[in-house]
Order: sequence, then structure tokens, then C-alpha cells
Amino acid sequence: MVLFIQFLINGLLVGGIYALLALAIVLICKSTRVFNFAMGEMMTLGAFILYAFLVTARLPLFLSLPLTALACLAAGNLIERLVLRPLIGQPILASIMATLALSLILKGIILFIWGSPTLSYPQKILPSEATVIWQFFFSNELLWTFVISIAGFVAMAFFFKFTQVGIFMRATAEGHEVAQAAGINVQQIFGITWAIAAVIAAIGGILLGNRFGLGIGTLPLVAIKAFPAVLFGGLESVLGAIVGGLTVGILESMVGGYVDPKYSEITPYIILLLVLLFRPEGLFGLKRIERI
Amino acid sequence: MYRPCGVFDEAYAKNMAIVRTPQHWVYLALGLILLFGLPLFLSGRILHFVNLLCISLIAVQGLNILTGLAGQISLGQSAFMGVGAYSAALLTVYLEFPFWLSVPCAALITGIVGIVFGAPSLRIKGFYLAMATLAAQFIIPWVIMNVRTDLTGGSQSMLVPAPTIGGKVFNTQQEMFYLIVPITCLTMFLIRNLTRSRIGRIFLAIRDNDLAAESMGINQTKYKLMAFFICSFYAGIAGALWAFWLRAISPDQFNLMESISYLGMIIVGGMGSIVGVTFGVLFIKTFDIAITILSPRLTSFLPPQLAQDTAAGLGPFVFGMIILLFLIFEPRGLAHRWEIVKAYFRLWPFKY
Repeated sequence: MVLFIQFLINGLLVGGIYALLALAIVLICKSTRVFNFAMGEMMTLGAFILYAFLVTARLPLFLSLPLTALACLAAGNLIERLVLRPLIGQPILASIMATLALSLILKGIILFIWGSPTLSYPQKILPSEATVIWQFFFSNELLWTFVISIAGFVAMAFFFKFTQVGIFMRATAEGHEVAQAAGINVQQIFGITWAIAAVIAAIGGILLGNRFGLGIGTLPLVAIKAFPAVLFGGLESVLGAIVGGLTVGILESMVGGYVDPKYSEITPYIILLLVLLFRPEGLFGLKRIERI
Repeated sequence: MYRPCGVFDEAYAKNMAIVRTPQHWVYLALGLILLFGLPLFLSGRILHFVNLLCISLIAVQGLNILTGLAGQISLGQSAFMGVGAYSAALLTVYLEFPFWLSVPCAALITGIVGIVFGAPSLRIKGFYLAMATLAAQFIIPWVIMNVRTDLTGGSQSMLVPAPTIGGKVFNTQQEMFYLIVPITCLTMFLIRNLTRSRIGRIFLAIRDNDLAAESMGINQTKYKLMAFFICSFYAGIAGALWAFWLRAISPDQFNLMESISYLGMIIVGGMGSIVGVTFGVLFIKTFDIAITILSPRLTSFLPPQLAQDTAAGLGPFVFGMIILLFLIFEPRGLAHRWEIVKAYFRLWPFKY
């Protein structure tokens, strides 16, 4: 029982990162109807930008973080502008291929600038010891990660509920033409969405980079595990992203703990296939009715 | 289809023919003679490239049936090739199947695996389907690496004996050329006919609107699964040939990057067009080789570590740029350009 709860806790804490990445994907999916396969590379890019500010420019952490956020806002907007905007109205394969191509381009750029060796931040951004509560280990790093993820979700919830841009984004998600007809600048909303998603992805990337080190070979692979999380929760649901992320984290940790660690890397994809077979729209996703 | 002035079809059979005029027959014969004469004046390294090209061509033509014709998306073509390669290798090494039997058997096995992963396509499409096949791309190499490693060698490479037909051993690139190219020609011919048949037209109908197709009386389940079967079948042939050609296979040869590049070849070539896809394969593979050869020279002025990283980044960067630029500026691909060029020469010296 103790072991079970420990696995549950580990899974929950790791799941927080998946949930954060899933949130970034859902955000884009919801308002622009593009599934971003380049999320892993965008997140790695964010982590490397922080590295550039911290190490190359030797800025203190409290200054580097906002600068990274600004840079990511710009990068996200630029990506939307250059890659996705010309493809509005094209068939779905075009947007899938565009984001796949984007992931390759970003990978190339990261290799050009930072190279292939795994780097790490000079100081630990988060405390690395573990907290012991009763008899359960809470890795501090993961605990902070989890808290930051949840804070991100709460912030997004408020953003969608109370700010004008957030409401515009929800309207855009309902229907592009409808939103346009109501006087919303849909293209601008797309740009903002990509910018925000880039920042969220960067937060995820920094947390992961802090834990595993910064490497173009390894970090994007972690992000791919957020895909099953997105589908599990439903493509258009913010709540689904958090539930999906935590579920994938827990299942992965359970399978790794009880069955065999080597099965844990494949678990998310098996979940993915099962979800697609039995409930393709996910837990909280919209079931789209198609008409001819 | 446009024809030169004065060429008329007088019978339905003539209207249906692939090769229409005597002139076409001459071109075809010349082309085939030239193709099969290639090994006489090409070196081993270039033949190696031609063989690689032909194997990729088979895989991409299969994917083109699924993506270009039937409109379903697959991000797992290279994993399916892996299934074909490993089935062919296992059949040959442990059950001692002859070459001519192991290739079709491997293709059949791959086709069945393809149906399993294509089954979600009955309920889902678009991104969801891309996801299901992405799962295949991760699950299949994992299975190869972790299940029955005593047979497959796990992440180590597995050795495959040279193919033999009737006592003749196919060892060198020249000999493999005469094995691979006829099979490629045959598969291309079959695909060309498939696209013109009832099945091909049904695939087109499903691509354009699957609900409308179903309401017209087309059994969606059957034909979607058939598209997946054909696609994986071709991947199986390509994989089996790959195994016999390279003679040492390992799971990491069948990675996501390869799958993406197969889709990229379709985009660059023009979706659904057989000629276009052939151009796409040629275009992307040539770029690939050019970058591999040129990048050490381009980056030689940089310090060694930086040069190595830049060279490593150049491949994905250029490939991504090619796909993106084609998507934005020429979504109809090289096939469209080819039509324009053909039309120009047909009318030359007149403008229109």
C-alpha cells in the first residue's frame, strides 16, 4: 500500500509536466484547429533560450526568466506568422506536415546554435532535495514542477474567463467564421494563441531541462508523451489536458513500478491506441457531428 | 488527358490503354533498355543509391495509395517497413524460406499488422489518425527491441543471408539491382492500374468525403482497411527488399524521421500522382545524399565540434524547409510543374 501511494505520488508529480505540455497543445488545437507536432522542439527551444540568457549573457535568474518569456512570445508569434498563416484553409494534411516540418527546422536551428551535447543550467533552478512527509518521498523538484503546472492551469482558467483576449480566444474556438463575423480579428488571435502556447511550452521545457539536462536528442521525446495525454482528455478541453496529463503520468509510474520499467515507455502509446479505439473524442472532448 | 493533334481513340480498349501511341511504345522500350542497362556503366556507389531509391519508391508508392488516394494519414510507414524487414529476415533465417516466398509472406504479414493499426481509422480521421499511426511508429520498434530478443537480436543488428533464386546468389549491388528494379517496375505498374480501377476511384471518393461516399453505397470499413492493407503491403515488400539489400537490419533504421520523410516525398511530389511521387522520392533522396556529401565541406572552416553539430543540423533543417516551402508555394507538388512543362513542349513553338 505504501508502495502504491508512492508510485501514485511520483506519477502525479511527473504527470504535472505532461499536463503543462498538453495544455500548450490543447490551447493551439482549441483555437486554431492545428495539432502542433512541433511542441517538443518548441519546448526545447524555450529551455535553450533560458540557457542562453543565463550562461551566455550571464544574467541573473530573475532577469532571465521574463526575458525568456518575451523571447518565446516573439518566437511563437513568428512561427504562426511564417508557417501556419499561409496554410489557413488548406487540408488537414498540410497543417500536420507543416508542424512536422517545423519540428525539423527547429531541431536544425537548435543544433546550429547549441549543438548536440547535453547541457545543464549552471545553478539548479529548483531545490533538488526530497521532502519526506510521513513516510512518502516528495521530490522537491517535482513538487515545485507540479505546483507551477497547477498555477499555470489556474492562470489560464482566469485568463479564459475574465480577460478580453481570453474570451475572444474562446469565441474563436467556437467557429472561425462566426468569430470573424462578430468583429474579432481571428488571425491576430491565432498569433496570440501561438505566443502563449510557446511560453507555456517553454515553462515545461525549463522544468524538464532542469531535471534531465538540455539535449535536443532527449527532451522532445518526453513531449511526445503529452500527445496521449491530450487525446485522453480530449483535443479541445483544458480540463481534459490536466486530467489526461496526470493520468498518463500515474499509469506510466504504476506500470514502471509494478510490471517492468521497460514497459513504462510504451504505456502512453498503448493508452493512446485504446483511447482512439474506444473513445476517440477523449474524456471531455467535443463529439463533432459531421454533416454532408 | 491531352494528346497530340490527330491522335484519336477508335476503341474503348485504346481509350483505356496506359501506353497509347506507337511513339509511347518506343519510348517505353528505350526507357526500359536504358534502365536495365544502367549497371553496365554505373559504379557500385551510384547503383547503391539507385537501389535505395527503388526501395523507398515502393514504400512511398504504397503510402501514396493511403494518403494521396484514400486521404488517410499514416506516420508509421517506416515502422511498417521494419515489420516487413524483420518478418522477411525471421522467415529466411529460422524457417529457411526461399527468397521468392519470404518477400510476399513478409508483405502479407505487414499488411495484416497495417490493418490492426488502421482499424481506428474507421472512427477517426485527421489528427487522431496521425496519432494512431504515430503510436505504431513507437510500438513496433519497441516490440522488435524487447520481445523475443533471442530471435531478433534486440537493438543489435540482425544479419540476413544474401537472397538466392535457383542457386544464383545475389551478392553485389549490380546483382541486387536486377532483383530490386524489376520488382519496383512491377509494383509501379500494379499501382498505376489500381488507381484506374474501381477500387482506386472508391479511394478517391473516400478521400473527398467519406460520409458522402458511404451514402453512395460504398462500404467504408472495407475500403479504408483495404487502403491500409495495400499501404502496409507495399511497405512490407520494401522492408523485405531492404533486409535482403542491406543484410544487417536494426530497429533504429525504421525511425519516425524516415516516416516523416516518406510523407514529405509525397508532399513534394504531389499527392496522389504516381509520376509526381517518383519525382518526390528522387528529389528528397538526392538532397539527402547531397547534404551528406557536401555538409562536411561546407562546415570545414568551423571548429571541429561546431562543424559536426552544424552538419548534423543541416539535414533536418533543409528537409523541413523544403517541405514547408512546397506546402506554402507549390501545394500541388512537382507533378503540377511536370504537367506545365509537358504542356509547354506539346504546344511548342506556339504559345497556346
